[in-house]
Amino acid sequence: MSQACAIVGIGQTKHKKRRDDVSLPGLVREAAQRALDDAELTWTDIDAVVLGKAPDPFEGVMMPELSMADALGAAGKPILRVHTAGSVGGSTAIVASNLVRTGQHRRVLTVAYEKQAEGNAQWGLAGGKSGGMGAGGIFAPWMRSFIARTGSPAHIGPMVAVKDRRNAVKNPYAHLQMPDLTIEEVMKSPMLWDPIHWHESCPSSDGACAMVMTTEDLASASPRPPAWVLSTAMRSELGMFPGRDPVRPQAGVECAQAVFEAAGITDPLEQIDVSEIYVPFSWYEPMWLEGHDLVGHGEAWKLIESGDTDIGGRFPVNPSGGVLSSNPIGASGMLRFAEAALQVRGMAGEHQVDGATVAYGQAYGGAAQYFAMWVVGSTLDAVAAKG
Amino acid sequence: MPIDIAIVGYAQSPSWERSELTEVQFLFPVIAEAIAMAGIDRRDIDFTCAGSCDYLSGQTFAFVSNLEAVGAWPPISESHVEMDGAWAMYEAWVALQHGDIDLALAFGSGKSSPGDPMQIYPLQMDPYTLTPLGADPTSLAALQARALLDSGRITEREMAEVAARNRRDAVANPYAQISGEEDVDALLASPYVTAPMRDHDLPPFSDGACAVILATADRARALSDNPVWIRGIDHRIEIHQPGMRDLRESPSTAAAGKGAGVADGPVDLAELSVAYTHQERILTDALGLGAGVKVNLSGGPLTANPMMATGLSRVAEAARAIQRGDGRRAVAHATSGQPLQQNLVCVLEGER
Repeated sequence: MSQACAIVGIGQTKHKKRRDDVSLPGLVREAAQRALDDAELTWTDIDAVVLGKAPDPFEGVMMPELSMADALGAAGKPILRVHTAGSVGGSTAIVASNLVRTGQHRRVLTVAYEKQAEGNAQWGLAGGKSGGMGAGGIFAPWMRSFIARTGSPAHIGPMVAVKDRRNAVKNPYAHLQMPDLTIEEVMKSPMLWDPIHWHESCPSSDGACAMVMTTEDLASASPRPPAWVLSTAMRSELGMFPGRDPVRPQAGVECAQAVFEAAGITDPLEQIDVSEIYVPFSWYEPMWLEGHDLVGHGEAWKLIESGDTDIGGRFPVNPSGGVLSSNPIGASGMLRFAEAALQVRGMAGEHQVDGATVAYGQAYGGAAQYFAMWVVGSTLDAVAAKG
Repeated sequence: MPIDIAIVGYAQSPSWERSELTEVQFLFPVIAEAIAMAGIDRRDIDFTCAGSCDYLSGQTFAFVSNLEAVGAWPPISESHVEMDGAWAMYEAWVALQHGDIDLALAFGSGKSSPGDPMQIYPLQMDPYTLTPLGADPTSLAALQARALLDSGRITEREMAEVAARNRRDAVANPYAQISGEEDVDALLASPYVTAPMRDHDLPPFSDGACAVILATADRARALSDNPVWIRGIDHRIEIHQPGMRDLRESPSTAAAGKGAGVADGPVDLAELSVAYTHQERILTDALGLGAGVKVNLSGGPLTANPMMATGLSRVAEAARAIQRGDGRRAVAHATSGQPLQQNLVCVLEGER
C-alpha cells in the first residue's frame, strides 16, 4: 500500500535566544506559512496536521495542539501530536509522511517547535526536578568513553564546533553566527562537562520548522523541485540497564541499518551526498558517524580531521550549522530532516552541497535511546542512479 | 481502500482514584495481558505506539519510563503521542496500512492522582487568554450543559438519568471505579458543584491504563477465531476558543463519524467518551445514533476515567461487548480538549 511521498514545502523561523516578537502560535505559524508559500499552497489545501514538540512543561502549555489548532488551520481537520523526546522533530516528520504514504491524506502539514525562552530547559531536561545534571551532564561520560575507546585526539570535538558555527554563517535562519571562531578559542572556553567546552555545546533557542508533504500526482504540479522520501525508520530502546552500550546504542545501529536498507543504500559514505545529524554536543558527530556505521570503529575522527565532513568535503555533515548552531529542541530533529530535503531540492542557498541528490536526516533523543531517520532523494530512483 | 485491521487482544487496568503503583508498574500487567490474549510473544510486535501526558505525571519525559512496560529490548520500532491512547491506536493503524508489517501494540496510560486536575487542565487552554482565567474542565462543561439545557434538548433529570444508568451498568464492570443503584430524585436533590453540574454529572479523574493489539487480516484470523474488525477510524479537531464554538453541537465528532463510516450500517452499541452527563446527547446526536443503540454498557467515563486511557478503553470495551455477543457493530469514541474539542470515532465489527 506504500506510495510515494514528496516534500514540496519547507519553512523555518529565524532561531534566536528569545523570540519575544511572536506568541507560541505566532512562532509555529511563521514556519508553517513559509512552508505553504514554498509549496504555493494555502491553508485550505491542507488535509491534516501533525505537530511535534518536546515536553509540554518547557513552555507551560499542556497539549498545545489544542490551543494552536486555530493558528495551524486545523479546525475541521485531523491533528496528531507526537512526542518522542529529542528525536521528536524527526518522528513527527515520519508520522506525517506515513499519512501520505499509506493514502490517508493527500496533503499534510507537519510542524515542530520549541520556545525555550518561555521556560527553563535545564530544569525540564532534568525531568522537572531540581539538581539535574542537564543533557550535557548525562552525555559527557559517554563522550569520554568514546574518546577513550577510539583514541580520538582532543581537538576533534572543537573542530566540529568550529565547522558547524562557520557553516551556520551560511544559513540565515541559524541562531549562532560565529564566522571567526577558532579551535583555540573553543578549547579556551570554559569547561562545562568534560570533554565539552562552552563553545562545544548547543544553544537554547526559540524556533520552529514546517514541511508540506504530498502525493506523487500532486507533487508534479508543485512549483519547485520536490524532495522524495526514500525511506524512514524509528527505533527505541530502554535508557538504562546492565549491559547497555550508551556510546553505541543498539537502537541507533539498527535504525540506521533499516533506513539504509530500505533506501537501497549499501555504501553510505559513497551513496549519501550530505547528512544532517543531531549533534547537540560536538563529540556526537564522530559518535554517530561510527554509531550508525557510516564509518568503521576509530575512523570518524580521521574523516573529520581531514575536512571530509566540511561543505565541499567527501561526506558533508550539518552544512546548515546543525544543532550546535540552533537548538529549538522540539524542532531540532525536524530541522535535520528538512535541511536534508532542502539539499536534494537544491534549495539550501549558501550552504548548498553541490549536486546533492541523496541526503540523510537523523535525530535522537532521551538517554540516546530514541532514533528517527530518513533518506530523501531528488528523484525516487536517486540512489539507484548513483550506480 | 485501507487494509483490513482487527483487534486481537486488549486489556485494561481498573480505574483507580489513586493507585499506589507507578504508571509503569500498572501498565506492565496490562500490556502483558493484551499480549497474552492475542496469543503472541511481545517480540512478534512490529510497531508500538504509546499515548500519555507528561503534565499528569508532573514530570517531563514521563513517557520514557513506560518503555520499561513494553520491554524495549532488543530495540523496537516505536512512537509516542502526547494524546489519549486512542490516537496511539490510530497511529498504529496507519503504520499497519503500509502492508509490510502484521502486528502492532497501542496503549494509553495516565496517573492523575498526584496532581489536582482543576489546576492542571486549565494549562490545556489558550495560555494567553484562558489559562489565566483558570478555565477548568468543570466550568467549561457547565457552560456547555447550560447551553444545551437552554436549548431544550435535555433536562437536568435526563442528565441524572444518564448518571444513574451508567452507575447501574458499571456494577458488572470489574474495571469501574464508581457503581451502584441510584435514585434519580435523590441525585437531583444534591447540590450543584458548578451549576448546572451536580456531582453525578462529573467524572472522576483517575489512574489507569489500556492496551490493544492490532493485526492485519490474515494474521488476525490465524490468531483469533473472533477478531474485532476496525471498519473505519477518523478524527477531527475544532476551533479552540469555546466562545467561537456552538457548544451544543460537536461538528468534529460528526465529521469523524462520517469519515469512519458510522452510517454505513446499523449500530448496535456505542462506547462514547461521555465524561459529563449532558455530552451523551451531544455525541449521540452528532453520530446519528438512534434510541435503539446501547450506549456505554460498561458504565463509560462517568464511572471509570483513567486519563489518557479513557478513549482507548472505549475501544476495548466495545470490542469486549462485541465478543460477548451484545451486538455485532459498534462505535467507539474518544475525546481530547475541553469541552469535546477534539474527537476520534472508530467503527468496530464482529466476525459473526
